[in-house]
Amino acid sequence: MNGFDFSLSGAALTALPTGALWWAEAGLLAVSDLHLGKSERLARRGGTMLPPYEVQETLSRLEADIAATTPDTVLCLGDSFDDLDAVAGLNAVAAQWLTRLMAGRKWIWVTGNHDPGPTQFDGTHLAELRRAPLVFRHIAEPCAQGEVSGHYHPKARLGRISRPAFLIDADRVILPAYGTYTGGLRCRDRTLQGLMGERALAVLTGATATPIPFPRN
Amino acid sequence: MTTLPPAFDNWFTSRGWSIHPHQKAMLNRADAPALLLIAPTGGGKTLAGFLPTLAELADGNHNGLHTLYISPLKALTADIRRNLAAPVAEMDLPIRIEDRTGDTSYTKRRRQRADPPHILLTTPESLALLLSYEDAPRIFAGLKRVVVDEIHALSESKRGDQLMLCLARLSSLCPGLRRVGLSATVEDPEGIARFLARHPGQCEILHADPGPDPDIAMLRTDAPPPWAGGGGSHAIPAILEQVRQHRTTLIFHNTRAQAEIFFHALWLANSDNLPVGIHHGSLSREQRERVEAAMVTGELRAVVCTGSLDLGIDWGDVDLVVQVGAPKNVKRLVQRIGRANHRYNAPSKALLVPANRFEVVECVAALEAVRAHTLDGTPRGRGPRDVLCQHILITAAAGAFDPDALFAEVTSAGPYASLSRTEFDACLDFVATGGYALRAYDRWQRLKCTDGVWHLRDPRAAAQIRMNIGTIVDAEMMKVRLKNNRGGAPLGEVEEAFAATLTAGDTFLIGGQVVRYEGLREMVIEVTRRSGASPRIAVFSGTKFATSTQLSERILGLFRRADWSGLPAHTARWLRLQLQMSKLPEHDRLLVETFPHEGRAHMCVYGFAGRNAQQTLGLLLTQRMEETGLRPLGFVATDYATLIWGLDLPPDPAALFDAKAMRDGFETWLTGNAVMKRTFRSAAVIAGLIERNTPGRRKSGRQATFSSDILYDTLVKYDPGHLLLAITREGALKGLVDFSRIEEMLDRIGGRIDHVALSRVSPLAAPLFLEAGRVPVDGAGQERLLAQQAQSAMQAAGLA
Repeated sequence: MNGFDFSLSGAALTALPTGALWWAEAGLLAVSDLHLGKSERLARRGGTMLPPYEVQETLSRLEADIAATTPDTVLCLGDSFDDLDAVAGLNAVAAQWLTRLMAGRKWIWVTGNHDPGPTQFDGTHLAELRRAPLVFRHIAEPCAQGEVSGHYHPKARLGRISRPAFLIDADRVILPAYGTYTGGLRCRDRTLQGLMGERALAVLTGATATPIPFPRN
Repeated sequence: MTTLPPAFDNWFTSRGWSIHPHQKAMLNRADAPALLLIAPTGGGKTLAGFLPTLAELADGNHNGLHTLYISPLKALTADIRRNLAAPVAEMDLPIRIEDRTGDTSYTKRRRQRADPPHILLTTPESLALLLSYEDAPRIFAGLKRVVVDEIHALSESKRGDQLMLCLARLSSLCPGLRRVGLSATVEDPEGIARFLARHPGQCEILHADPGPDPDIAMLRTDAPPPWAGGGGSHAIPAILEQVRQHRTTLIFHNTRAQAEIFFHALWLANSDNLPVGIHHGSLSREQRERVEAAMVTGELRAVVCTGSLDLGIDWGDVDLVVQVGAPKNVKRLVQRIGRANHRYNAPSKALLVPANRFEVVECVAALEAVRAHTLDGTPRGRGPRDVLCQHILITAAAGAFDPDALFAEVTSAGPYASLSRTEFDACLDFVATGGYALRAYDRWQRLKCTDGVWHLRDPRAAAQIRMNIGTIVDAEMMKVRLKNNRGGAPLGEVEEAFAATLTAGDTFLIGGQVVRYEGLREMVIEVTRRSGASPRIAVFSGTKFATSTQLSERILGLFRRADWSGLPAHTARWLRLQLQMSKLPEHDRLLVETFPHEGRAHMCVYGFAGRNAQQTLGLLLTQRMEETGLRPLGFVATDYATLIWGLDLPPDPAALFDAKAMRDGFETWLTGNAVMKRTFRSAAVIAGLIERNTPGRRKSGRQATFSSDILYDTLVKYDPGHLLLAITREGALKGLVDFSRIEEMLDRIGGRIDHVALSRVSPLAAPLFLEAGRVPVDGAGQERLLAQQAQSAMQAAGLA
């Protein structure tokens, strides 16, 4: 799968080139920051009307990752919807598609800052998920261990190429944003510099997951 | 016809002036609904434009706005205000003149809306903004004349298309409005007249005496120009000597980066401390204003500048123009030369300084063209529809509109005279609903139709529309300022892509000084002064002009001549060396060289099709190489050649140029390439699909917005028939892709391809290795290199 294998608090994980995290032993596929309904929210707020195909595109990529890994559990690590109204704004086709993806497996929604509450969709709604030795939450906490989070949409640059990236150190992994219409935050941002410990890595997404040393200021 | 009041005759007489024939002609034809004056620089063109206005306003009976003057440059409006103020004061005319640009203070702009002056001097963008206000009919009530200065420059860009739409709007608001265009000498006056006319009406053309031929030559230097590079620093001693011999010299460069490097080197060599300045569009306003003021008072002996000083600013006593680097285009060269000697019927003096050996050839060809009076140009096409989309938004911001009336108005503008109703309706639909095949935004449409008139769904959206007015889409820029406790002096801007590659301690050039990168603070780059270190060069992706077809033809003609006595000895020697080692490119054949260099295979294609077409050729060829497993890594294009490098050599380069395969592959290729994505971004910003990134919105350092490439890919995949893709295609074909010149080249060479396999770089190919603007190929070769780079970074960090 061209993924990058690493271990976090003893759990063997794979950073997939698509931006999803695969925990084979637990049969768990984690994706973060889908931001479904972003274009709808922008239009609703009187901004621009972006091509309304981003839900379709994000779900088709998620479907491909599910087909490739056949997980028992899919975990959406917060900001799955761009806001709570975007859940209602999802068109029927997209809602059915999502329901179909959820069928036959456990589905966990971790709440994020954009979607701070349960939605109409089934599945388990949690503030965070603990599954030893790991803990999954939307926003990283400074002293956590074995923590998997999202929120920051990290991206990393190698030469002239800048791509969404996983950030990995001994204590945590921060997932890149999986949603189609999402921007990114540079590694050189102060918060990310503060969060990531010694010998941290950035794993670039793309055709192959490519690890590089986490860029330091 | 307007007669001059006696005060004017007295004023002319008191100055010992007499009115020029074309100024008289402008007065005689003052009633014409549309009038175009073609006059050389220094011919009193601007006064010719304003005389009818001054005469009509002399009796003091006019209330409110009378004449709107539009120029492409902010600096020009300030300049004209100063120049008009003198006669108005000396003749004691009851006329109030003000300028209004993006630099005008908020308070002053507010007051101007409430109480407009008689003559308002402004830019196309500021006019568009004024027209977006609900009180536009009141602001422009009573307007009699519009004077468009430097219309030859505006007519070549989207800014001009936008301006013509604005004039169409003004003509509806002010019946009887008269239009005047002032143009430098151009190859196609009728084309500009059609551009300016209010269709179906006509536009008359007046020609002033073109004046004497310029005194123009190539600067002789002791040191020959370098093999490669574009800086012209070898000529600095000779140029300094010229500066000493003249009152004021303008030293033109083709790009901002080159101007920066040159100014830095000039300053280091300036042993007698001649006062020299630098002026270009990426410097802070404070910096530019300081130089402009010093020019006007005659304090500077030379200014190193770019196109930002290209237009008719009257910088007092300029008596020499130096053009560093090949001029690319004969017409623009002639207009630049006109900067020197703003006295009617005095020849302008100019020197050309080729920056490298190839440019020597181009300069000699350009000199021949100037002497032969052959100007070059490409006929302008229809107005692009992204500009129309923005115009519809601007119209909606001003108030509800009737679509039939707006269509009639829009098609009265020259660039949109042939627009069909179907095309117009598609633009309206895009603005209102997004224009997607999937009608997703019924509830959130931008525009709604009520009782046959269109209006904003949410009137608050007008503010956002105003923020996005304008058709210039720059690369994302970041401000640079000196670091101190209070937030130091602003120095200018660099491209965000360049800023991203800086780490603390790196030095680079800006405003002619070397600075050290200290860090980022709220998306502003903080630097400290530092001299001596060898600096990096900030990247400015200003418009790069392609060498015109006519000039390329002349260069090929020069190669063909047996006699190179017109060329400097060093250049003739270089061409002979090329002849010995390989061949010289010919008009009706295509020369392709292959050679290894630094462990990579290289192929150089001398198409002489101009920078944009050579760039497209690079994209097309690398795609074909990628398909056949040749793993190209990148290419670089100049006006005369494309150099491709990669992991493998093409066994038979001629096979790559099969005209039919190239044309067939073009369609599929077109959608996937980077040039299209760049064109798409610009069209999407202009048409209002994505908002401009204002500095405030990026302050957090978090990219709230995402790459427009994602939107492009999404549209191509899910909505290939979308209007914006059609606009992008049209824009790219005309501009950056320039496929017509590839077609021209393929016709010209008729399948005659000369492949020369060499063991090392040829003399003619050498300059290409130092060209900026290398384009990486997004393919298998790049993925492999990325993996290698990542691997070595990991090893260096002890992580692998």
